[in-house]
Amino acid sequence: MSVAVRGLTRRFGPTAALRDIALETRPGEFVALLGPSGSGKTTLLRILAGLDFADSGTVEIEGQDMSAVPARARRLGFVFQNYALFRHMSVFENVAFGLRVRPRAARPGEAEIGRRVRALLERMQIGALERRMPEQISGGQRQRVALARALAIEPRLLLLDEPFGALDAEVRKGLRRWLRDLHTEMGLTSLFVTHDQEEALELADRVAVMEAGRLVQIDTPERLVEAPATAFVAGFLGHAARLPGRLAEGALHFGGVPLPPLPRAALRAAPAQDGPVLAFIRAHEWAVAPAPEGEANATLRSQRPAGGHAHVELDLAGHVIEAEAPLGLLRVGQPCRLVPQTARAFAA
Amino acid sequence: MTPSTTEPRGLRWLLILLAALLLGVFLLLPLAAVFTEALRRGWPPMWQALSDPDALAAIRLTLLVAAIAVPVNTLGGLAGAWCIARYRFPGRALLLALIELPFSVSPVVSGLVWVLLFGAHGWFGPWLEARGLQIIFAVPGLVLATLFVTFPFVARTLVPLMQEQGREAEEAAATLGASGWQSFRRVTLPGIRWALLSGVLLCNARAMGEFGAVSVVSGHIRGETNTMPLHVEILYNEYQFVGAFAVAALLALLALVTLGAKALVERGTARGAAA
Repeated sequence: MSVAVRGLTRRFGPTAALRDIALETRPGEFVALLGPSGSGKTTLLRILAGLDFADSGTVEIEGQDMSAVPARARRLGFVFQNYALFRHMSVFENVAFGLRVRPRAARPGEAEIGRRVRALLERMQIGALERRMPEQISGGQRQRVALARALAIEPRLLLLDEPFGALDAEVRKGLRRWLRDLHTEMGLTSLFVTHDQEEALELADRVAVMEAGRLVQIDTPERLVEAPATAFVAGFLGHAARLPGRLAEGALHFGGVPLPPLPRAALRAAPAQDGPVLAFIRAHEWAVAPAPEGEANATLRSQRPAGGHAHVELDLAGHVIEAEAPLGLLRVGQPCRLVPQTARAFAA
Repeated sequence: MTPSTTEPRGLRWLLILLAALLLGVFLLLPLAAVFTEALRRGWPPMWQALSDPDALAAIRLTLLVAAIAVPVNTLGGLAGAWCIARYRFPGRALLLALIELPFSVSPVVSGLVWVLLFGAHGWFGPWLEARGLQIIFAVPGLVLATLFVTFPFVARTLVPLMQEQGREAEEAAATLGASGWQSFRRVTLPGIRWALLSGVLLCNARAMGEFGAVSVVSGHIRGETNTMPLHVEILYNEYQFVGAFAVAALLALLALVTLGAKALVERGTARGAAA
């Protein structure tokens, strides 16, 4: 389902939790709201669900203005960070809740409720747990129950708040892929909040990056990584080294650091005017080679094998640079020459 | 356990003995005394004292007052606890303090305020008198005083629990399409039912046992405005010890039953939490 958010602002006392947010999603899309804690992503999700209210701005779902529609009439699936399962109800009753509270005319019969709940539990691969209480099942299972409960009302849109936040790394990886498949198979439109960039990049069709209440960029994972709109996005995504430097005559210079100036062509993004910049360069964007004392600009601190190559850490005039090198090429302590192949720069 | 955190054996026994002694002297002994005194001349005199018309009227009145005060304070306490635990609003701290006010005010004052408001020389006295309504020295006064004194019990039991539970489950119910009432009945109430029952029982125990506030507004009209605690006092002052202790024993029994029920409820809570 399509969601359109315009000019959304929310204040909590003197602080603005959301500032002038604009966001549109397309039917069938899987969108991530990514940002550090306190950036306003959960507040945005809660406003979409009708659990919180904007001070100004509009939310439209399928072209319908939501400002006068209470949470219970929105028919959106919401999965809470800590699942918020009903502790006194069995797994079955938790999932059946949304069907049981429907007005009499729209309420399915007991047999139909049973059929639908069991089908959902099967789909979530927790069919055997229907009689258990929430305290008696694991975190990953609770997550599936919460998802089944949200899906039982056949929501127009699925909203997930840090869906994997409370799970350990192992369970998290498996569930991630499973959720992605579920989203596709069931033809859902989903929005999820996360502070984990890997999660956002792996799962989402598009990622909306939030910083201090603003939506700074919404793009596909590829575009975000290749063409970050601001220094914040570049720094937050893709494990890039952050190097202060200077843009002069179309080339990047690192004052004081004996690093070769970078030609204009290698700059993916750069301010129009010369001046101080922050450059972001990722591990695979460096070329590393052993070099004689005079030409070297860095020293190898450590290396460990990672797949077919070595993951190396170098000291470049006080900055720790991560890079990739062929296995067995370098020794720890060896002087090297680091040459960036690609970089992005933002006015500092 | 390391030896340094263990008291010497002798000291341990001394402490246990001291605790048992205090418990016996201050709790068990008075309770035993009440029942012993009531039964000093055997069952028939005690039975007679209890079936005296004035005693029966006092028992009926006590039950009536409790039957009004407890449900009203249950609803009021629920509403108060709900507001305080679920919402942030200006004056929230003040409301919390107000709920506890009856605990900190002397029962005599709790009675006097009603005399001041509704008594013959009170603010609304003449107005009420002109319409033939009597509140002070009548049942409505007793109910008001009892309501005031027992208001905190339900709210005070619920506030910490509801604060700890948070509102996420209710928000989940809302996103699933539940109305406010459905959410309360199916989600909120089951979550607090044991604490609620425990608060109600405490409220009931106090409603039946309240003396000070009720004494001020009662007027001590035998057979009409005397509750059980007041009746006990009157009998005692008239040297009718068997009668006084018989009614006192009944009152104590009611309290014991209430506490027993509360203990059962709390076992239920523990089981509920463990399940």
